[in-house]
Amino acid sequence: MRSFSYARPETALAAIQAFASAGSGARYIAGGTTLYDLMKLDIEHPQHLIDVTAIRGLDRIETSGDRLRFEALAPMSAIAANQTVLRDYPVLAEALSKAASQQLRNMATVGGNLLQRTRCLYFRNGAGGVSVGNTYPCNKREPGSGCAAIGGVDRGQAVLGQSASCTAVSPGDWPVALVAMNAYVEVLGTSGTKTLPVADLYRMPGDTPHLEFTLQPGEMITAIVVPKTPAGRRSTYHKIRDRESYAFALASAAVALEMDGDRVTRAHIALGGVATKPWRATAAEAALAGQQLTPNTALAAGHAAFADARPGRHNAFKIKLGARTVADALTIAAARSDT
Amino acid sequence: MDGGNGSGVTRRAAIGGTASLTAASLLSVPEEGLARGALPTLPPAGALAIRPIVNGRPMPVTIDPRTSLLDLLRERLALTGAKKGCDHGQCGACTVHVDGRRVVSCLTLAAKVDGREVTTIEGLSDGERLHPMQQAFIDHDALQCGYCTPGQIMAAVVCVSEGNATSKADIREYMSGNICRCGAYVGIVAAIEAAATKMEKG
Repeated sequence: MRSFSYARPETALAAIQAFASAGSGARYIAGGTTLYDLMKLDIEHPQHLIDVTAIRGLDRIETSGDRLRFEALAPMSAIAANQTVLRDYPVLAEALSKAASQQLRNMATVGGNLLQRTRCLYFRNGAGGVSVGNTYPCNKREPGSGCAAIGGVDRGQAVLGQSASCTAVSPGDWPVALVAMNAYVEVLGTSGTKTLPVADLYRMPGDTPHLEFTLQPGEMITAIVVPKTPAGRRSTYHKIRDRESYAFALASAAVALEMDGDRVTRAHIALGGVATKPWRATAAEAALAGQQLTPNTALAAGHAAFADARPGRHNAFKIKLGARTVADALTIAAARSDT
Repeated sequence: MDGGNGSGVTRRAAIGGTASLTAASLLSVPEEGLARGALPTLPPAGALAIRPIVNGRPMPVTIDPRTSLLDLLRERLALTGAKKGCDHGQCGACTVHVDGRRVVSCLTLAAKVDGREVTTIEGLSDGERLHPMQQAFIDHDALQCGYCTPGQIMAAVVCVSEGNATSKADIREYMSGNICRCGAYVGIVAAIEAAATKMEKG
């Protein structure tokens, strides 16, 4: 691992200033479960690490009023176990508790998790990895080097949103649930604070897949805000994996429903494990509006979510699996009481 | 794999040849020469002073900022109970407690434990008296090779105190971050169930 300087400021402002004075090569680090891992793999090589976890009073969980507000340094495990979140927004609690392991959820923060980088095998392997000897090109890791996943072993790759440069899946669960629930982030930078929908944090890969997020250098996510909605209780995060626990999604669906009897008045649907960013399934939402929820309409919504999907060599199964994941998620959510 | 290249060299022969070549060249280099010539030159250690409290004792130490908590424990403090399995947060063999919460020490920057309480498997027993979880792992034959066991036990102790060990299903879910390649899972789940009952009685 390359050497770096390390600072641990105690206020958000001091962190912003430290970043500005450090110049290029500076990175914030929170739990470190992605960044430190990728530094060990020689994929990330920051020259200056600004550890934000000593910032005081940036880990509160607020559930009163007309919104949920999670400060960025709250660990994933704390929100997964929050009684209000568990009861009123199971989609959020489940997206967190079905991610990683309890050890990692204790370390990783809900702000940092939004910036988790892809688990694409070609991205993770090949950057100085002794076993592969730098053999795999990756446009995300080394812009312009090519993409070994396209035409390669692409079972895990995206079927939605991919480009001729990159097919890497956006790996997170939590961002998918937040996108479904119209959440936004509060961001602090040198020019002050701003808010940004979580959906707008992510870029499509296009021909610049190394640019993944829309945050500007030095900007820091300080909180996540979820507007309260009656759909919260009729919600779920349904995640299909190669093993039952502690694995990334092959396909997942975050679903929340407003219903009038057995009729859907409004559906929130977002997809994980299948797309290059947390994917709002607007066509599926539209297909369900005003419909009775039946096995047929649920599956039709699932198919609508994947109408634009383009499979590679080994991942066409994700289209059928993804559609059924959406259908199952809708059925699970609809069976939950909204009172 | 060995056909078609016309060289007549089989894969097996090629691998065997490489292995013996490597061994020969290693043997021909004096030990001090290998240490100088073959190992990468590390930059001088940074001077980051930290004061973690490890198993109840303050442990002031100066580290290179790159150091993981796992390497600090094993290489500097001679606490080799926490194991290096994958070194990437995927296996759980390095699980320790920081301020009472379980974490993987391989992905924890040592710099982060400045001023914090770190508990390792070495600090779990009360002198010679084993922690109920340690005893339960013995009683239920919850290991084979034992490499993952310190991590399993450290994770299990907090799994109980979190309230996530009240059913077999919960134990399996909340222990999924600890991989046992010998497959001692049946014994591990039984041990945690048994220890949970004892721990709750105090």
